Amino acid sequence: MDELQQTVEPGQGAALDPQLFRHESGRMVVALTRLFGIHNLALAEDVVQDAFCRAIEVWKFKGVPANPSAWLMATAKHRAVDLLRRERTARTYEPELTRMIESEWTLVPTVHEVFEPHAIQDEQLRMMFSCCHPRLREDARVALVLHILCGFSVGEIAGAFVSGLAATEKRITRAKKVLAQSKKLFEVTEAPEFQKRLPDVQRALYLLFNEGYHGASAETAVRGELCREAMRLTAMLLEHPLGKTPGTYALAALMRLHAARLPGRVDAAGNLHSLLDQDRSQWDWTLMKDGVALLELSATGSAVTEYHVEAAIAAVHGRARRVEDTDWAAIVELYDTLMKVRPSPIVALNRAIAMAQKDGPERGLEEIGAIADRERLMGYPFYFAAMGEMELRRGMRETAGRQFGAALALARNPMERRFLEERVKACAGGDR
Amino acid sequence: MTEFIYLYRGGDSPTSPAEGQQEMQLWMGWMKELGEKGHLKAIGSPLEKTGKLVSGKTKVVSDGPFAEAKDLIGGYTLVTASDIDQAVELSKGCPIFRRGGAVEVRPILQMNM
Repeated sequence: MDELQQTVEPGQGAALDPQLFRHESGRMVVALTRLFGIHNLALAEDVVQDAFCRAIEVWKFKGVPANPSAWLMATAKHRAVDLLRRERTARTYEPELTRMIESEWTLVPTVHEVFEPHAIQDEQLRMMFSCCHPRLREDARVALVLHILCGFSVGEIAGAFVSGLAATEKRITRAKKVLAQSKKLFEVTEAPEFQKRLPDVQRALYLLFNEGYHGASAETAVRGELCREAMRLTAMLLEHPLGKTPGTYALAALMRLHAARLPGRVDAAGNLHSLLDQDRSQWDWTLMKDGVALLELSATGSAVTEYHVEAAIAAVHGRARRVEDTDWAAIVELYDTLMKVRPSPIVALNRAIAMAQKDGPERGLEEIGAIADRERLMGYPFYFAAMGEMELRRGMRETAGRQFGAALALARNPMERRFLEERVKACAGGDR
Repeated sequence: MTEFIYLYRGGDSPTSPAEGQQEMQLWMGWMKELGEKGHLKAIGSPLEKTGKLVSGKTKVVSDGPFAEAKDLIGGYTLVTASDIDQAVELSKGCPIFRRGGAVEVRPILQMNM
């Protein structure tokens, strides 16, 4: 490890990427899982944990090495070789590699090979697909991806999703069991299987992004991280020849177009702003441009996915430098399409909001009243907030105040609470 | 100025990669501060959690660890301070306390009295 000994003094040198440990965790787990077999996922996780503990101990005293990733990988490799020597016959490993592991001649080169960057890249994608196992529910898939590939602990996932620790733990443990029983990781080289599972993978990444963008967590930093992870994993998918479909491009576009608005959505003081009164100069216009470019790349073939439509809607917003410039008619039309591609009460609600912008609040309220499955929105604060906004716009202050009050009772975090309290106040006072 | 050794004992392991990274950065920050204030004599080293114990007239060799995990020495640092009170005060900035660990502060025996 000679080239790895060179270190920078404690507290000196380049700042560490704050996500370094999390990302390296995912990379090491997939390399080790390749070696040990998916049924030994827990063993791979132990080795990774051990590598981190050593890194922390040594770096605390000696400073961060010039190439921290290489140091971590080298440590994990050493631990893996030790373990395989010690327990060569005590366990069964990846069937394809068993013979290579059994012989001392091939053991070390085999371990090195699975840690090669291109091998890790492939394995991350295989793991991503494996996590989207058909026997798992969507929320379990997302949790598993976050846990294994993004290095979030169970506690951090429970925090991000505002769900109980015990329930999250159970969900992840069960999901891991399904994964371990799948015997083999998903093959990303077989086109028919790949194409069959791709929509599930896209969906999981979409949900991951949404959790960051619209989710319940109070912590802006956590939400930003979820969005960034979703974008990182989607970029990984785009690097695979079978993964870069129009749908994946559209998904990547939609994430960028939304992420571009994040700085306006939550201001520096941590206050939430509705799309209609965001300071658009705060939007990330570079990200917006990237999103539009990706959306153009997605416009091949005949398949229109929900991601195409959602990205197109976000692009219409992105074209309007001022809210007054928004082409609401185009947005309503796109929501009509989205209702055909992937209908849901939330989509219908958003469509109604666009209708209100286009034809006035009465029309919007009518549309809301006509949403099928409206009762599924009863727990969603922004359902009541949308009605409150429309009532306020047509001068029904008292009704508006009641609606915002109902929304406030459902607020999922202090940020939403502050936002809705302001709206309640606006109904009581003279200003809008 | 007198020399002291800090013996770091116990402390829970981080439960996630992010937490581990934060932990490490806190330690590095603390060490850096000690250095900037001129108290750092030798940054020291971490110790493996296992080892051998050789003891008795018959020199019996046994396997470590030699203490409960919570008391196990995980590393050491040499510092200089005006007296034990200052050395103790300085040790309070150590991130080990956040994880339930302890710092043993021991003066290095001086030869020139």
